[in-house]
Amino acid sequence: MPAIPQYAPLSWYLMLSAILFALGVAGFLFRRNIITVFMSIELMLNAVNLSFIAFSYKQGQNDGHIYSFFVMVVAAAEAAVGLAIILTVFKNRQTLEIDEVSSLKN
Amino acid sequence: MDAILFLIFATLAVACAVNLVLQKHPIASAISLVGVMGSLAVLYLLLGGEFIAMAQLIVYAGAIMVLFVFVIMLLNAGIEQRTGRRLWVTYGGVPMLAVLIGMAAYIVERALPPTEAVRFGTFQHGNAFDIGERLFKVYVLPFEATSILILVAILGAIVLARKEIS
Repeated sequence: MPAIPQYAPLSWYLMLSAILFALGVAGFLFRRNIITVFMSIELMLNAVNLSFIAFSYKQGQNDGHIYSFFVMVVAAAEAAVGLAIILTVFKNRQTLEIDEVSSLKN
Repeated sequence: MDAILFLIFATLAVACAVNLVLQKHPIASAISLVGVMGSLAVLYLLLGGEFIAMAQLIVYAGAIMVLFVFVIMLLNAGIEQRTGRRLWVTYGGVPMLAVLIGMAAYIVERALPPTEAVRFGTFQHGNAFDIGERLFKVYVLPFEATSILILVAILGAIVLARKEIS
């Protein structure tokens, strides 16, 4: 077993970001519950935020922090509107399965 | 010490994310997402982002996840009846995601030398003072635009949740 270095390289952080993003994509594609799909989107946004902070560390400037702050704000707005849409869908159709909601198909 | 902390919380984040994808019940997925967000906040602290770590805990793990849990409770969302996709989607999609991670790893390894280590305390511009100075001097126009975005989102949420669409 190789010895653990004292400090984590920057590439580890970016790798973690890629793994979390891929898991978010997997959840988005494979799950059928509309709320879980929505949570997978939040997971992807979080993964991208980690990339922003990591690159901000590399550049030595805090612009990446500002960007991820804006991502948080937009995610909050998106969650409010998205959950309102989910509420409306459930009120009208009594289902949370994404495959059942297909009015726009054909 | 830094690397050990990173490994602990990175493992926690990945485990929680896998749990999020695999759990059948939405409330279990929501709790896993809180775990991911909490461990990411610790990683932000390691990278020197004090302000953004606290914002992550308050805005994401606090406000947004409470909204999610509230909606799950309100809709009484249970276990998914039919789970998963067709077989070829699973057997085709998982290797393609592995390829995505592999390509990202290749590019990261090519672009960044592995000797470049993250030392806790090196990055000094992550506190609230520096963030606020940057936000209100350079990024003041996007900041004001966000206020309009939030206003529109509030109105949209109220309109959508209020009336029945027949």
